Order: sequence, then structure tokens, then C-alpha cells
Amino acid sequence: MKNLLIGTLLASGTMTIAMSGAALADAHGTSACLITKTDTNPFFVKMREGAEAAAAEAGITLRSYAGKIDGDHETQVAAIETCIADGASGILLTASDTSSIVGAVTQARDAGLLVIALDTPLDPIDAADATFATDNFLAGELIGQWAAATLGDEAANARIAMLDLAVSQPTVGVLRDQGFLTGFGIDVKDPSKWGDEDDPRIVGNDVTAGNEEGGRKAMENLLAVDPTINVVYTINEPAAAGAYEALKSIGREGEVLIVSVDGGCPGVQNVADGVIGATSQQYPLLMAAKGIEAIAAYAADGTKPENTPGKDFFDTGVALVTDQPAEGVESISVEEGKALCWG
Amino acid sequence: MSDKTDDYEAVVQASRGEAVADFSKARASALDRVQHALHVNPALVPLVVLLGSIITFGLLLGTKFFSPFALTLILQQVQIVGIVAAAQSLVILTAGIDLSVGAIAVISSVIMGQFTFRYGVPVEISVAIGLLAGTAIGCVNGWLVAVMKLPPFIVTLGMWQIVLAANFLYSANETIRSQEIETEAPLLQFLGTTFKIGADADGRGGATFTYGVIFMVLVVVFLAYALRHTAWGRHVYATGDDPEAAQLSGVNVKRTLISVYGVAGLICAFAGWALIGRIGSVSPTSGQLLNIESITAVVIGGISLFGGRGSIMGTFFGALIVGVFTLGLRLLGADAQWTYLLIGVLIIAAVAVDQWIRKVAA
Amino acid sequence: MEPILKARGLVKRYGKVTALDNCDFDLNPGEIVAVIGDNGAGKSSLIKVLSGAVIPDAGHVLLEGRKVRFSSPNDARAEGIETVYQTLAMSPALSIADNMFMGRELRKPGVMGSVFRQLDRARMEKIARDKLSELGLMTIQNINQAVETLSGGQRQGVAVARAAAFGSKVIILDEPTAALGVKESRRVLELILDVRSRGIPIILISHNMPHVFEVADRIHVHRLGKRLCVIDPKDYTMSDAVAFMTGAKEAPAA
Repeated sequence: MKNLLIGTLLASGTMTIAMSGAALADAHGTSACLITKTDTNPFFVKMREGAEAAAAEAGITLRSYAGKIDGDHETQVAAIETCIADGASGILLTASDTSSIVGAVTQARDAGLLVIALDTPLDPIDAADATFATDNFLAGELIGQWAAATLGDEAANARIAMLDLAVSQPTVGVLRDQGFLTGFGIDVKDPSKWGDEDDPRIVGNDVTAGNEEGGRKAMENLLAVDPTINVVYTINEPAAAGAYEALKSIGREGEVLIVSVDGGCPGVQNVADGVIGATSQQYPLLMAAKGIEAIAAYAADGTKPENTPGKDFFDTGVALVTDQPAEGVESISVEEGKALCWG
Repeated sequence: MSDKTDDYEAVVQASRGEAVADFSKARASALDRVQHALHVNPALVPLVVLLGSIITFGLLLGTKFFSPFALTLILQQVQIVGIVAAAQSLVILTAGIDLSVGAIAVISSVIMGQFTFRYGVPVEISVAIGLLAGTAIGCVNGWLVAVMKLPPFIVTLGMWQIVLAANFLYSANETIRSQEIETEAPLLQFLGTTFKIGADADGRGGATFTYGVIFMVLVVVFLAYALRHTAWGRHVYATGDDPEAAQLSGVNVKRTLISVYGVAGLICAFAGWALIGRIGSVSPTSGQLLNIESITAVVIGGISLFGGRGSIMGTFFGALIVGVFTLGLRLLGADAQWTYLLIGVLIIAAVAVDQWIRKVAA
Repeated sequence: MEPILKARGLVKRYGKVTALDNCDFDLNPGEIVAVIGDNGAGKSSLIKVLSGAVIPDAGHVLLEGRKVRFSSPNDARAEGIETVYQTLAMSPALSIADNMFMGRELRKPGVMGSVFRQLDRARMEKIARDKLSELGLMTIQNINQAVETLSGGQRQGVAVARAAAFGSKVIILDEPTAALGVKESRRVLELILDVRSRGIPIILISHNMPHVFEVADRIHVHRLGKRLCVIDPKDYTMSDAVAFMTGAKEAPAA
């Protein structure tokens, strides 16, 4: 009896929500979906904020979905199917598995939805109608140039640690890594993968999973290989913070240049505190806001977004944040970076 | 009737010469002796594997690996897993499993950090609250397992999700940065304090220890003592071996189970504190794999997943083996996947050895 | 002679099934009483009530003339009623000494015991060895040997020694020979007689008629949830007992 009662309550509750959702959708006519890798990473939290604000402004109903963890592909596929069934006009997607998701994305496009890849390009990139992303190669290149310029002549004798994302070499990680090396002036061999370089200045590559713990461990491992490392590339700022702890434990934190990518608020603060020398800041809020605008335009008259000239995606911009600007490398100050940071 | 008993008498007469229960048994082969030694001392296998792997990597890599710096680095790298695995050992000894260990560690660290920074609670009290929170979550696990009679796997699978979600909701996934902690609440990083033995004039090289490493060793020693030399420890083994038998022979199984999960929660909370010391910051996304890594260390350490056998020292060796393989292979320049592959082999081998040891019973 | 353990009017129902129907039971000092009965006669319910594993719906149990109420096996144990279960209730991976002292471990005197809760292994091992020797389980090489390395008879021996070791007033043995071979059964029966000779009365539950007739002083025949009769094994044959049990033959007046 009790169970029955609870069941009924739940069922009626769900129906109320569903009905109010439908009512909203009817009132505004247009709805959009945002599908992120997780809903815990501040980067995606910020992305969702941007999308929600833009959707409210454009009068679009936004539904957000997220995988449980980074790499949770099934949940994303289910989310796409839900969006198709829901009659959404478009989907903003940061794919966990950039090639496997293509089937579901094609299905959505065939059903007349505009699919925009945010932050992470699909594989192939034209599987989506458009890609709104940071130019990750450029982001890497900026910190590479900055590191080389800061070292000056010493760049020729640099001992470089490469703290990458994962052994599966996701595109984002490869682009940043190869961008950094290119910017630093190192021959990257095959630009579609990291680790094949033979420049003696590179001590080694290790993976961090993009968090503090992994950053520290990877740094320790590479320090065991060569304790004289003086330049550290990191995939993102948490990894950089972990690497810094490892350096601190052996008293070398003051002698090593750490560079990173992301521009999250704690990361920018770490630039201010001298933990990170420079970081390339990206703009998730902008990606989402632009994405929603594009869906609104598509719903209104069927126009599809254009790519940034010369690139196969829409570049939402990247800026180097540092308080020690280097000659010939454009950068913004930590103050400016803080005003634009996310998370 | 009497004629029948006579038959039995004859048998009794025949067996008079022998004692009623004869415990001496000729142990024939060397293999039997090995099997027996392992049965008595299950931590021997991982110890041999550990020493073997250290020597192997030492030979392959020379002083790069066989240096105080690299060897103590392994200790630092396994400290969190080591502490958590000690908690996991307790639970697995009772024939349970705790999938929520990592989540408990992380939420405890987040509570310590957020209470200090969000609510301005004095850091000593925040740490105490964090430790209490971990213990409380563990006790809830224990209560569900012991009193509600739910399977540990299910209970802790659920608790893992609950605690992890609570962790993200509560922390809003905000990282508290190392620099803030250092200036405002250095006690949070207490277990990350390092000290060196035998470093050169610049403070480089040499054996590097952190309080977290010392703490891990203390936890292991303390638990080894408690399990071996206190009634509670014996009850933990008896409960894991056969809970019904333990209950019938006078062990309070419910209380033992709740205490085990509670203590495990407390140890995990300490691991959360050590985690802050290790990574400097309070990060709600860390420690995601601690449950799997701790189970790995426990299994490689020779503790039976069926409960009741194995020793905490084995777990310690198991955690170190994983650390040695990880760093050794890394220094050899091998792909990280080789580490996982070899650890997978070790897990299966460890379980096979466990089954073999159990055959002594047959 | 006043019975040391006496039960009167025990009733236990499980739903519609009445397992104990106004059942009585008597155990005199220094005797072995065997309880026999067909499967489902309510034997095990009776034993569970006496050992504290089951709380009766009605009736009472008197130990040495005193009314006792058990709500768990531990209560019964505290009163001196030790039960050796058919499963033996031992932890196979633990040592003989550990098992004998399970749940009543001895701690070291002084600070080591009170603060560090350290077990007094030496003393426990000595007591365990002494108790086993007293019962003729002499040739123990290693008291720290795991119980699972012992044979079935040896385990039974340790379990009986454990029951007899702690100043118990009554020992209940549940099917002690059921899982054993002929030779090992012999040893266990001898052990039972040995325990009785030390003045501890025993309740023996067994299906094995020759064993029952060999060691029991009196036989309690259980049928349809109550005591049908108590017979002296010297006055009846095994087939008589079986006939009473199954109802094939009218029971003698109790």
C-alpha cells in the first residue's frame, strides 16, 4: 500500500515535470540540447551556464545532459536519442568518444537537427554541422613560444617534461602537445601523435589524467629520469598544480618553468602566484553562447554557422595569460585573465 | 545388544594404542612444505615478488632505480593507495568489499577544506570533522551490511555513488588551491610535509619521506598488531572465515562488522587528509580509482576475497609491488599500458595462489 | 535425583506448524541422555531452545532448579550450557588455540592488556594444550595449527574440548559422529565417555542407533513435538527404539 502510494506520487510528479516541460517547449517553439562529458568539471559547468544564459535570452528551452564520467559514451548516445525524440532543433555536444559518437550524430542530422561540436572536434571534424572550439594547437603554440622566448638562448639547452593527458592520445591532448613543441621550435615529426619526437631536449612524456594527483606522479616519474628538468608542459592547470607540488618536494619549484592550457580561475590564480608561468586561456562560456545563437538562427531560417576563415571550425579564441610578457608573444595580464576565467 | 557393542569394543581395543586425535602428520614433499609455509604466512608470496621486482629493476636500471631517491619516491607514490588499501584489507578480511573507499577519502578531504575555507572553522576542528564524517559513512556501510544483512558489494556500490555525488554537489567541484591552503591552513597539508635523509648540499637526491608515508607505515603496523594480537583482530578473521560459526562461538558479529567498516571509513578519511598533503590542493575530482587500486593491492598482497585469510603486511607489499612496477617500467621507457597488463597478470596469479593455499584444508 | 537441566511445557510454533507441543525434558547430573526422533519430530527445536538459539512461545527451562531465560546462544553459554554444533562452529583458517578461546580471549595482565588490549597468547596456548591433553588429545604438535588442517575427528575433538574446557555444566552434542568414518567415530565416542567421567552431563542428538545405544544412559524418544518416552538402553533393543520413534510400536508408560 505504502509502496503503491509512493509509486503514484512519483509517477504523478514525473508527469507534472514532463507536462510543464512540454508546455514550455510549446510556448517557445524551439528547444536545444547541451550534452557534455560530465557535469562536474568546472569547464562544463561554465559551458552550461553560458548556454543557459544564451538560451534564456533567445527564448529557447535548453535541456542539459552529461555523462557520468569522462569517457562515458553510452550516456551521450542515449542523450542524443532523447533529443531526437524530443524534437529539439539542435544539439551542442562535447563528445567523450569523438569517433564512436558519429553514428548517433548522423542520425540526429538526418532527423533535421543542427549538431554543433563544442570544444572537442568530432572525428572526422565534418561529422558535425559545425565545431565551436578553442584552437588547441594555437593554445599550445602560444605557451611554447612564450617558454622559448622567456628562456632566450637557454632554450637550446632546455630539459623538457611533457605531461600529457592519456595514453589513448585524445585529439585535444595531441594538439596542445604538438602546438607547444612547434611553438618552442622542436620538430614534431608526425603531428597527429605525441611521443615520436627525438629532440634530445625532451626528457619524456607521461600521462596525468588531467588532475593534480596524476600531474604530481607524472612529474615525479620524469624527475626520476632526469632531475634537471627546467621546462614543464602540462595538459591543463590541475596537472600543472600537481607537477608544482612534486617540484616543491625536492625544492626545485623556483627553477622550473611550468606552462599550461585552460584559463580556469584557479589556474589563472596560480599564474598570479607564480606556480604556472603562462597559460593559454580558452572560453567555454563563449562556445556555448555562440552555439545557442547558431541553433536559434537555424531554427528561425535554416542558416548554418560558418567556419572561421582559414580553419575548419569556428574559433572561439584563445589568449595567453601571464604577468611576464615575452618579446614577440602577444599576451594578456593576469588581471584581464581573471576577469575572463571560468570555474 | 551386548554382542553388538562387543564389536565396537574390539575396534576400540585395536585403536587403544593411538591417541584420539593425532596431530602429527608426516609432511612429504618440499612443495607441501612451501604450501604449508604460505598457509601460515600468506604475506610471503608478495614479499618475494616485491624483492624480486626491486632486484630485477635494479639490475635493469642501475642506480637510476636503485637509489634512495627513486626507492623512497615509490613510497610517496603509493602512500594514498597504501593507506586506503589497509582499510580495504580490513573489510575484505570479513569477506566483504568496500567500493566506497575512494569516495570516502575524497569527501573527507573536501569537508576538511570546505569547512576551513567556506565556513571559517578552525582548521584543527575541520580536520576532526572530516575524520568523523569518514568514520560515520563507514559505520553506515557497516550497519547496512551487519544489521540489514545487505551484501557488502551492493551497499558500498550504492554508497560510492551517493558519496561521490554528494561530494560534487557539496563542493560545486571547486578546487581549493595549494597556495591558499599553504598560507591560511597549512595543517591540511601536514601529511605532505617532507624530510630528507642523505640529500646533497643543495637538498637534492637522497631519501625523501613525507609524514604521509610514515603515517601509512604506522597504519599498517597498528593494524597488523590489532589483527594479530587483540581479540578484536581474531574476531575480524573469524567473522570473515565463517560468520555463523563465529556467532555461535560467541563473537558479536554485528558489532565486529560495524567496527570494521567504521575503522575503514576513518582510515579512508585519513587517506583524504594525506591526499591534500600529496597534491597540495583540495580537489573533488581526485581519487576516482582508489577503490580499484586498493582492491588490486589487497589481492596482490594475498588476502583472500573470500575472507578470513591473509595479512595486512601482504597488502602493504602488494601496494609497493604496484608502485615498483609503475615506476620501474616508466624508467625503462615502457608504455604505461604494460604496467596495467603486468598488474593484471599479478592479480590473476595472486588469486590462483590463494586457491592453491586453500587446498591445504582439503 | 533432581535433574540439572529441566524443561517443562515447551511450545514453539512456526506459523501453523507446531514444532514443540508442550514438551518436557530432563537431564540428570553426570549422565548422557540421547535424544532420538524421526526427522521433523521437533528434536532440533528442542535443542535450540535448550541452547538458547530459539526462544520458546511457552514453557520454561530450569537449570539447577533455577528458572533461566535465554535470548541467544551466548546467554546459554554464560549459564554454562555449551553446544557443539553439527557444523562445529569453528573458523577453519584460525588456529586451535584461537578457536578454543574465540569470544572469550584472555588478555595480558597490566598495561599491555588493559591499554593495548594485547592477547595473552602464551597462556591461552598453554590452557588449550592442557585441556586437549586432559581429554587424551595428547599428541598435538602445534597448537597454532589451523583447524582446517585437522581431520574431521580431530576437529570434533577440539570442539568437544572447547565445550568441556570452560567450566560448563551441560554439554549439548549435535550429531557429533554424522560426518565421520568408523574409526574417527570411535574416537569421538570415547571422548564423550571421557567427558562424562569428568562429571559433565551430556545431551547427545544422533541418528546413529548403535552410537546412541553404546554411550547413552537414558534415551529420550521424541515424537510429534513432544517427549514420547524415556527408555533405558539396557531394557530395549535398537529396533524397539526405532519402532517407538516411528509410531510402529506403542511406547511404554513414561
